[in-house]
Amino acid sequence: MSAEVPLSYYLILGALLFIIGAVGVLTRRHALVILMSIELMLNAVNITLVAFSRMQGNLTGQVFSLFIIAVAAAEAAVGLAIVIVLFNSRETLNIDEINLMKW
Amino acid sequence: MEQFFFFLFAAGAVISALLVISRRNVMHCALFLVLTFFFVAAIFVLLKAEFLAAVQVLVYAGAIMVLFTFVIFLVHIPRTEKIRQTFRQKNLALALGLLLGLEVAYILYGTMAAPASLPAAAPVGAVGNTESFGVALFTRFLFPFEVVSVLLLAAMIGAIVLAKKEIDR
Repeated sequence: MSAEVPLSYYLILGALLFIIGAVGVLTRRHALVILMSIELMLNAVNITLVAFSRMQGNLTGQVFSLFIIAVAAAEAAVGLAIVIVLFNSRETLNIDEINLMKW
Repeated sequence: MEQFFFFLFAAGAVISALLVISRRNVMHCALFLVLTFFFVAAIFVLLKAEFLAAVQVLVYAGAIMVLFTFVIFLVHIPRTEKIRQTFRQKNLALALGLLLGLEVAYILYGTMAAPASLPAAAPVGAVGNTESFGVALFTRFLFPFEVVSVLLLAAMIGAIVLAKKEIDR
């Protein structure tokens, strides 16, 4: 362990990935890519939590990350089911054209 | 050595994340997202969270991305690649992203004063990451664990109901 990696490097990495995900959500207009960007943001939060867990010396952050992964799986399943229903009824995934709650 | 690998994996994660949000073809986005997940799993290994790294590869790179790939195959229409991929308010969105970046940088600047390096010892000691993780999960965090299982069950039923309605129609 000659060259330790400081905690702040991990926090910066997590922040960078989170911002990339947020910009993806704001700029892209394909519904699937937006879902992927959300997964990216959840992953960035996981990095931050695990880094803090390492700093604190206990496992709470890692357990919380596991719960986040489970919630991400649930979100992906429901989100993709919604995408399929949306595509079958509207024939498009461009969220510029999906602007009504009911049709 | 550890720093070298950290920068390798961090650069890989950031570059493939940038490719995820900039590629035109949705399938390429999904594949670069898998690459990002693998790099993040490597970062977890560096942080001595081996169990989470395995879960990351199994659940994210395995299950979730297979789901994404299936949906891409189901809904893929080639003409969607021809249309413009971004909103008209792209510049505004980029400005907002920059603002978010500045805020995060400001907060992170405050944490620089905190103790710079991580404790050299792994949080768990001799028992091993997976074993102590399991003990923590099934003793202290048993109730949240059960709640998450109910959540997963609800999501599964919800996904099936949503997709089934489509077949009936």
